[in-house]
This record gives sequence, C-alpha cells and structure tokens, in this order.
Amino acid sequence: MDNMRERFATTATELLDTDSRLALVLADISTAQFAPAAARHPERVINVGIREQLLISVAGGLALAGLRPIVHTFSSFLIERPFEQIKLDLTHQDVGAVLVSYGGSYDMTGEGRTHQAPGDVALISTLDDWAIHVPGHPDEAEALLRIAATAGGRAYLRLSSQANREPRAVGQGRLDLARVGSTATVLAVGPMLAPVLDAVAGLDLTVLYATTIRPFDARTLHSAVAATRTADVILVEPYLTGTSSFQLSEALAGLPHRLLNLGISRTELRRYGTPAEHAAAHGLDPASLRQQITSFLTPEPSRHS
Amino acid sequence: MTETKHAPDNAGPDPTAGGYGYADLGALMSLMTGDEKHGPAATSTLDALWVLYDRVLNVDPCDPRADGRDRVLLSEGHGPAAYYAVLAAKGFIDAALLPGFGGFGSPLGYHPDRMLLPGVEISSGSLGHGLPLATGVALGLRARGLAGPRVFTLIGDAELDEGSNHEAIAFAGAARLESLHAIVIDNASSTYGWYGGIAARFIQERWSALTVDGHDHAALERALTVAHPGRPHVVVATVEPKD
Repeated sequence: MDNMRERFATTATELLDTDSRLALVLADISTAQFAPAAARHPERVINVGIREQLLISVAGGLALAGLRPIVHTFSSFLIERPFEQIKLDLTHQDVGAVLVSYGGSYDMTGEGRTHQAPGDVALISTLDDWAIHVPGHPDEAEALLRIAATAGGRAYLRLSSQANREPRAVGQGRLDLARVGSTATVLAVGPMLAPVLDAVAGLDLTVLYATTIRPFDARTLHSAVAATRTADVILVEPYLTGTSSFQLSEALAGLPHRLLNLGISRTELRRYGTPAEHAAAHGLDPASLRQQITSFLTPEPSRHS
Repeated sequence: MTETKHAPDNAGPDPTAGGYGYADLGALMSLMTGDEKHGPAATSTLDALWVLYDRVLNVDPCDPRADGRDRVLLSEGHGPAAYYAVLAAKGFIDAALLPGFGGFGSPLGYHPDRMLLPGVEISSGSLGHGLPLATGVALGLRARGLAGPRVFTLIGDAELDEGSNHEAIAFAGAARLESLHAIVIDNASSTYGWYGGIAARFIQERWSALTVDGHDHAALERALTVAHPGRPHVVVATVEPKD
C-alpha cells in the first residue's frame, strides 16, 4: 500500500494531465515525485525553490490569473512559516487554492520540533472560508484531493504517514457513523480512528469519524449526541488539543453537555524517536485513550458524601 | 519641488476617459483629504501611476476584468489617494466616491480592497506582497498562453526591506518572467538604504533595470515600455526624499 504522500503525487499528476486549469506549486519538497508532471507541464508545475513565502504568494497570483493552484510542502513550512501570505494572498484576496501538506503533527519525529506542526489546523481555523480535510487513509486522501481540486474555494488537505487500517467512504463532508453505542459519543478525526476504535472496544459508545472537520457537520453530531443516554462527548484530534472544540460547542449550544478534548499537547516534548512514541507521550495510544475516556465518563464520587 | 517642472500633460477633460486630466489630480486628491494644497508632485507615486494609466496600460474601465488586460498591482498600499485619484480620472471609479475616503460605508480605504473596487487588482497594505503576487500572476498568464498582458507592481524602496521581495526577485529572474515589471518608487526612506543601489539588486538576479526621475513623464514612459527580452524589468523611479 502506498502512503498518502505517494498517493497525492500520483493523483495530482493525473489531475494535471486532465485539467489544464490546475497548477502545482512546490518549494523543493516532493519534486522528485513530481518530475514526470513537471516534464509534461513545465509552465503549470512550478518549483520556487526554498522560498515558502513565495510559494503561497505565487499560488495567490496564479489564482488571480485564473488557474487553480495546488500548493505542497511539509506542514510546518506550508502553514506556519508563511501564515501571513495565507491570510492575505489567498484569503484576503478571496481567491481559491488547495494547500496539501505532508508531515502531520509528528510524522518526522526524528527531525525534531522544526518539522512538527501540531498547530496547523488551529491556524487555518482562524481564517474565513477554508475547508479542512484530514484523511485517515490514502484512499480517503485521494478522494478528498479530487473533490478539492474540482471544487472552487480554499481547502487545506492534511496528509500524514499515520493512517487507519481500512479506508472509509468519503463524501459530502458528513460525519461518518463508525460505531453505534448508547451512552456517549466519541468523535475521531482522520488517523485517530484506529486508536480510538481499539480504545473503546467493549465500551457502549458511539464513534463518529470526520475526514472533513471544516465546514463542520453540526447536524450529525447533534443527532448522535441527542441519541445517547448522556450528552458526554469526547473529541480526539491528531493535532493541537481542542482545535475544533469551538465548532462542537456551537453545534451543541442548545444542549447541556460535557466535552473532553484529546489531542497533541502544547508542551514541547524535546524528544526524537518514533511517531508511536510521540502518540503515547501525548496520551493518544489506545491504552491511554481508553483510560482518559473511561475516567471522563465515570462520575466522580460526590465530594460532600 | 516646483509645480512648473510638472506641467499638465493635457489641460482639459479627456472625453475618452473619466473626463479628467493630469491637471485635475490634485483636486481629486483634495476631495479625499480635504487638503487644498495638493500639488501632484507632493505624492511620490502619482506621476508613475499617471504615466502607467495614461500612456502605458492596455486597460478598459468598462471591462476591468478582461482576460487580456495589463495588470497593476499596487503593493505600496500606503497613501492611496493618488491611486484612487488616477482610477477616478480614468473612469474606473466614480469621483463622487472620493469624499467618503476611509469611511465605514466607503469602498475607499487607507489600503485598497480588490473586492470593493473595480480595477483594483490586489488588496494591499502589508508590505512585501505585491511583487510576489505579481510573480504568480505573470506565471499564471504564461501558463494560460496569454502572451499579451503585462504585469506591473508598484513598490517602495523601504518596502524592499521585506525579505519576501527578495524571494520573488531571485525567482523571477531565474524564471525569465518577461511580462513582469516592478516599479520601485525610491524616496530614500529605507532605514538602512540599499548599498550599491536598488537597480543592482535586480540586475544581479538577471533583471533588466532602468533608473529614472520619478516625476519625468517622458522618461517614465520610455523606461516602462523598453524591450527586455527574456528578463523581468524594474524601473527605479527616484523622487525627492521623504521628509
């Protein structure tokens, strides 16, 4: 099985062949994977070198000239480094683009903090009118890329080496009911589905799955939460803890509820090692998830008794 | 600066444009600022903008989004009164809008917004965005096979402090972006200056470059229309130093 980055290259290459309005902008990352596309479409596959401000601004200019740019590099250099360009040269100009990152929060643990971007989705969430897609499988990454490339508007597609075992159908931006339970609801985003399903084995919980976290499918969340015995909700995201909690709070505003946010901590680990070790350090491995979820769902003994 | 050096190009209303000429720009700017003393030379960008819109650009105020138009990306979004005055003089915006300058209900802000005004190519204000965006526009037009339209961006010498410009300067030269034109309004306001000159920064990155008097209309026109095959082109328009 290929990974999301490889699937992105094969799919985007095919899309560039068939849609002359698409352009690809790179900054020296993944240029080898796109060498065939660059040879066939030298004026629509543009490598600006190690210049990430220019990477985004060029995309803005391409869009102003009538093309639909797909823009790609590692998450830290795509979103965090040129954030003002994303804010002004894409959002404020009100032009469309598809930003495709690779590296997630800590795919490249050995590289250290410089190559880790747990804050990317939170940053994009500050801006108007962005779709945010977090696929959990290469098949989902491909489907979401095809949707984003064809649609107008601004989309952020967050690719990662972390993936679920099986793909799920992607479509319409709806939350996907992965498992039906009766006591409470867990919402797992992208690659968090596999560890969440392992964590809740044997527990009577509904599990919803999101690959598109923005725009947020408030209706499905509300009906799922209303259908369980408690309005307890656990949000599990593969990036900064609580990033999408504002959307859940809006969706459940009319319903007294409790919300537990699980994700990457703001505390800097200063560790290398493997992604699995980082997941465990942030409490996102199945055993840690299960412990946090059951603790949240177990009523504390009354302090007055 | 004296006014005599900057004689009006055409004294009367131009029936083919918005009905205004160069001599009217001061009065149009006064509608925005309430200041009666505006001579055209008081604004560093005015002459370059006027020469562009009056003599150089292929643009049509009746069809401001035409595919084949030349593009002007005002990067130096500061002091936009001169820009709005030229757009009004050339019929892109209604002069009746000018007195509302900066108001909540006005489309004319202290920095322009492309979504609010026809003929405005980019929303600007934060420095260092115009040249990189113009680089993308030039690449996009080339990718679409539109060889005719030229892309101009107006930037300031202090704005060149922003590193984003230098990413664009080096790349555009390497990419041989012939349709790309930068106009640097040099009023010597960069805190540390440009040792060796502004033009040299571009030339070493394979740009064509000319430095002219930023108030001399004939020199500006020549510099903006000179042939520069296979290279992007910069015109450094020198004006009086900022106070």
